[in-house]
Amino acid sequence: MKNKKGVAIEETMSWKDITPGGVVYESGSAKHFKTGDWRSMRPVFIADKCKRCLLCAPVCPDSSIPVVDGKRLDFDYDHCKGCGICYEVCPFDAIEFVKE
Amino acid sequence: MSIKERMSGNEAIAIAMRQINPDVMPAFPITPSTEIPQYFSQFVANGQVDTEFIPVESEHSAMSAAIGAEAAGARTFSATSSCGLALMFEMLYVAASSRLPITLACVNRALSGPININADHSDSMGARDAGWIQIYSETNQEAYDNFIQAVTIGEDPEVQLPVMVCQDGFITSHAVENIELLDDKTVKDFVGEYAPEDYLLNAARPIAHGPYDIEKYYMEHKRLQAQGMINAKEVILKAAEKFEKISGRKYGLFEEYKLDDAQVAIVVLSSTAGTAKEAVDELRAAGKKVGVLKLRVFRPFPMEELADALKHIDMVAVMDKSEGFSACGGPVFAETRSALYDVVNSPKIVNYVYGLGGRDVTIDHIKGIFETLLAEKDSKETLETYRFLGVRE
Repeated sequence: MKNKKGVAIEETMSWKDITPGGVVYESGSAKHFKTGDWRSMRPVFIADKCKRCLLCAPVCPDSSIPVVDGKRLDFDYDHCKGCGICYEVCPFDAIEFVKE
Repeated sequence: MSIKERMSGNEAIAIAMRQINPDVMPAFPITPSTEIPQYFSQFVANGQVDTEFIPVESEHSAMSAAIGAEAAGARTFSATSSCGLALMFEMLYVAASSRLPITLACVNRALSGPININADHSDSMGARDAGWIQIYSETNQEAYDNFIQAVTIGEDPEVQLPVMVCQDGFITSHAVENIELLDDKTVKDFVGEYAPEDYLLNAARPIAHGPYDIEKYYMEHKRLQAQGMINAKEVILKAAEKFEKISGRKYGLFEEYKLDDAQVAIVVLSSTAGTAKEAVDELRAAGKKVGVLKLRVFRPFPMEELADALKHIDMVAVMDKSEGFSACGGPVFAETRSALYDVVNSPKIVNYVYGLGGRDVTIDHIKGIFETLLAEKDSKETLETYRFLGVRE
């Protein structure tokens, strides 16, 4: 997240340099805000069992299952809320659902 | 070249809006401001303005639509009163905190309950801490003049805050008075085009409005917002100076009426100031040294200037047309007394809560207050400060 001069907004910034009304001069700023610490349950990816069907990725409400070049990567725990939808949808038991 | 006309305060505001030709006007009708969107929707229907008029289902939606439009980069107006303003409360804060210079015509009316449609200031005074600039108008002429100035004040890059222009419901909103209108081009040239530095529809520099703002940043944003209000004082005076050049009418943060050599004075907002001036004239004719300070700008509160204007007065009565229920006086009293606290040998100061729900205030009422002040100004007793005018005992 940046102010209008392109300087990154961070916690030592003075009120004089922050943006009026909290306007953010960048898109996709939600990625900077870690919301994964609300989680009480955690999905765990078992790569050996994964058949790359990618049914899990589109159902994730928080886009916390990264897919790069058709390959499913491990969970983005900074943003995963532990809702368990991916665990329910996986036909190959490649996702476990455990207490956080 | 001014145009002599006669019209109500609501029509005067609607004419100002037509002359400015805003981009967007969301509004919901509520007494006594209903006529403003009513007149304005006619201008839209007749093609006299090219404004996008949004008839919404509530005032909460009106202010929400105004926020969206203003954030998108559109010059946006609305009008409301009383419970309509109260229904906007949540969004009033969003507008101010998001630094969106919406201009709102606020036609003052009592808040329920019991249900009452007449003038008092409980609506706008309830919104006094929402971060809106508040300008009060004595006459329909002032409502018109203030509205035109308000647009440029709020949009000033040093301010970037919404402004409400207040007038007394029915007293000025519906009563027809003589007025001098400016011609359309003069008004248009005065307000210019709205050119915000950043806005949502600007593809060249994308921005996001209304972020989640946790404790790590919220206070810095509030401090910056406070600076907008601090800066507003000077911007209001500059706008008044510029407006005087096109209209010949002079405005300040407040108006001093025969205050220079006054022993006692009344501080008052809006239409009652006219009644108070008449009372001053009658008492002056009888050799009594009385004066009036008519507060025009309540937010930002002109603390130093007000203290300076009142420092030589022996005793001041502050008139509040709303009950703050602090159990010790109304909001204008609290601020005025605070302003006078640092004055050496500060004047005695008392409060009169008056005119609630449209209770009539006459010249004789005001003369009565002045007589009381003259009688009490040299008193050595501790005086009761929390008083009511015109209530049946």
